[in-house]
Amino acid sequence: MSPSVPLQEMIRAIRSARTQCEERGVIQRECAAIRAQFRQTDNGGRSHNLAKLLYVHMLGYPAHFGQMECVRMIASPRYSEKRVGYLGAMMLLDEKQDASLLITNSIKNDLSHSNQYVQSLALCTLACMGSAEMCRDLAPEIDRLLRSSNSYIKKKAALCAVHIVRKVHDLGELFVPSARSLLSEKNHGVLHGAVVLITELCERSPETLERFRKTVPDLVQIMKGLVISGYSPDHDVAGVSDPFLQVRILRLLRILGRNNEAASDAMNDLLAQVATNTDSTKTVGNAVLYETVLTVLDIKSESGLRVLAVNILGRFLLNNDRNIRYIAMTSLQKIVLTDHNAVQRHRGTIVDCLKDQDASVKRRALELSLALVSASNIRSMMKELLIFLSSCPPELRAQAASGIFNAAERYAPSKRWHIDTILHVLTTAGGDVRDETVPNLIQLITNTSELHCYTVHKLYRALLTDISQQPLVQVACWCIGEYGDLLLKGECQETEAVQVTEDDVLDALEIVLQSHMSTPTTRGFALTATMKLSTRITDNVDRIRSIVSIYGSCIDVELQQRAVEYNALFKKYDHMRAAVLERMPVIQKNSLGQTNGELSEEPMKESQPGKVKQEETALPPQPAGQVVDLLDLLGGSQEPLQPGSSVAGSASTQLTAAPTSAGGDLLDLLGGFEPTPLAPAPTVTVYEKNGVTLTLSCEQQSESGLTVTLTASNSTDSDISGFTLQAAVPKSVQLQMRAPSTDCLPAHGGAKLTQLVVLNNPNKVNLKMRIRVSYTCQGSVVQDMVQVDSFPGL
Amino acid sequence: RFLLLFSRQGKLRLQKWFVPTSDRERKKVIRDMIMLVLPRQPRTCNFLRWKDLKIVYKRYASLYFCAGLEEQDNELLALEVLHRYVELLDKYFGNVCELDIIFNFEKAYFILDEFLMGGEVLETSKFAVNVSMEQADTLQETMEEYMSKPAY
Repeated sequence: MSPSVPLQEMIRAIRSARTQCEERGVIQRECAAIRAQFRQTDNGGRSHNLAKLLYVHMLGYPAHFGQMECVRMIASPRYSEKRVGYLGAMMLLDEKQDASLLITNSIKNDLSHSNQYVQSLALCTLACMGSAEMCRDLAPEIDRLLRSSNSYIKKKAALCAVHIVRKVHDLGELFVPSARSLLSEKNHGVLHGAVVLITELCERSPETLERFRKTVPDLVQIMKGLVISGYSPDHDVAGVSDPFLQVRILRLLRILGRNNEAASDAMNDLLAQVATNTDSTKTVGNAVLYETVLTVLDIKSESGLRVLAVNILGRFLLNNDRNIRYIAMTSLQKIVLTDHNAVQRHRGTIVDCLKDQDASVKRRALELSLALVSASNIRSMMKELLIFLSSCPPELRAQAASGIFNAAERYAPSKRWHIDTILHVLTTAGGDVRDETVPNLIQLITNTSELHCYTVHKLYRALLTDISQQPLVQVACWCIGEYGDLLLKGECQETEAVQVTEDDVLDALEIVLQSHMSTPTTRGFALTATMKLSTRITDNVDRIRSIVSIYGSCIDVELQQRAVEYNALFKKYDHMRAAVLERMPVIQKNSLGQTNGELSEEPMKESQPGKVKQEETALPPQPAGQVVDLLDLLGGSQEPLQPGSSVAGSASTQLTAAPTSAGGDLLDLLGGFEPTPLAPAPTVTVYEKNGVTLTLSCEQQSESGLTVTLTASNSTDSDISGFTLQAAVPKSVQLQMRAPSTDCLPAHGGAKLTQLVVLNNPNKVNLKMRIRVSYTCQGSVVQDMVQVDSFPGL
Repeated sequence: RFLLLFSRQGKLRLQKWFVPTSDRERKKVIRDMIMLVLPRQPRTCNFLRWKDLKIVYKRYASLYFCAGLEEQDNELLALEVLHRYVELLDKYFGNVCELDIIFNFEKAYFILDEFLMGGEVLETSKFAVNVSMEQADTLQETMEEYMSKPAY
């Protein structure tokens, strides 16, 4: 074998360069020499120059000037030059380069060359980088070669055909007949190529799939031959004869047998045989077994075979080799939904894999464990998962935490256990949980009223120990604010009593407020909590006042705003303080998310008129209504306590900046700052049917703002419940519905229902409103619609 | 999709791409692979997930062989493919080492082209691959001698 000495010398020179700079110098000199030599027309060392260039390219330096040279060399009659030329083409050219088109002709000529090696070079290059046009041009040639008698060429042509089919799907039809005949070859290489080609064809088009179903018996025969036949040194790998071919055939069988009873039946015996006969001590055997298992699980196999397959996977799981375990878990993941019970049997091993050192194995084990959690095994699984959480690598933490939350939500055996689990997760991995867990947790806590005392004690203790985990701190602050009185009472059935004084609580909150580790959101929580405590505790109100007023000059706009408003509450509106800060009602899940999303988005989308339909559905149910009022009363400062508004910071400033009637309502309610006196608004009855009366009155608030009050009353004999109003207005008008005062109308006009609707009409179009009324009366649901065309008082 | 060989210091020794990828993408993939594979501990799993591909890698002496597979490919078989390629190189060069691959990289490519094509195994018999390589080399020599140009 004649070595290319100049090439080797160059390589040696490059390798001996001690610094990057030296190396670059050597390479530049060489490239210059190569470029000079390329310009000379005929040169014996052309192939070596190109080889040198390819080396340089592999090191990462640009080598574009070699492309034309490649083209020239491919066209040369000398084999050595062709060889290097084609190699260069494969490395330097790809279908996006224009030079690739130039070699199409050369390839075509070479495909008909007398020498099979030249032909093979051409085939190889075509398979590697053939573009769609090249493939189209040369497809008939390939088909011809597929029928040639030379098996060396046939196998190359088969794989080239595979590439063509991948590039240009329509040409698949061309190869179908030849592919069929190739299956009867003896040569393994050709057979392998044929199987790959057929696989590709079947994957692309279902009709071809149908046609090839008939070949299932042939394939089965071939496989049997492979499995049973004796030792053949040529194809053997560690005791398994030709694993590559076996695996490919299995894959083809899988595709052919999918969703087809007849074909699957034909394969059942074979698969059982392969599964039992293959030696599984080496990786090779395991590779074949793995493919077999995948096939069994995918086709319509009989149940005995499926059990066998799952058992094989179970055996894999117990294998010492990590690769095998990884593979097993991946496959189990695929079938966990369908064959849940079978996988449950291996739960123990999977949970053990959680403790493995390897990150890939851990990830798979985590996914599988989360999928296996069910009502019966929740407690033990959760223990394991929590242990895993404390020791798992950081990239898996978020996934683990959210998985644990989901599982806990679905299968929690008791509320207390649920809260405990969540607290545990927050303390161990608090930094990695997602934002919506905080509101979810808060909602969960409000729902379990009997555990308020217990919860707040636990949270307080957690707060004392560690304030670095933001979500935990936020939840703790909120709870202390809400249930501070329970905390101070001191007694609690579920956990040991600890005497907590008001000063302690305020100290804790102050620490949170002042710590560097607290984010602005957390500080907001803490400030609000402090404020709420002012109604819950009796002494120390002055201390609270001083804390709040300090923050009146804080740099953070959010905090400053809150502090100022709370101050205002202290000074002027002291009488309202108790009412404003009373306990929050039970939050309903999902409703809050939507409504606040709407309300916070509405002013932000001032420029988008016509979100009418959306606002219709943003009708908040009763409890959320009070929350909304709270929102308004505090001047629109965004309460991050409400879920769905984790865009807290940005939304709040926009909310306050927007000239909506949010501020207007506040001013209304506090009755002090309204510049123009409000005249008593005229009312008009818009709807009267079945004893339900709806009246409407409106007031002009500002240039384009209008407040409409809808009042409903019930004069029938029975109570009406679930009374809701929905409104639609013309496109350019913006609508905001406030919460109704109630949604039950007692009989005989016992009480009235009022709902405020705020309209903004910047374009001053003719105002119309369509109102839909729906309510439940005596068990039946009634819906009705009324249109209001003229508004009184306008 | 691709096959890469790189040394323990992160130098690329061989790259073969079976799908059209731009130069920039190739460089990025190479960098990512090197960063993913080199820090792996010796006894860990040989399979990784990267974007939507499965990555199978194997270390032989000072070289890492890294292959990128698609979803439906069999990872264990890919390990076998890598092993077979190493065996072929070994047979051809006689006790192959990294230097052989460095200095005769074009031969390594030719062997690879005899064994894999278009991303699939071309010839499953070691014997056949060796025979083809020998014959091709003879052809090259003969042509050169025939042309009577100095082969240096």
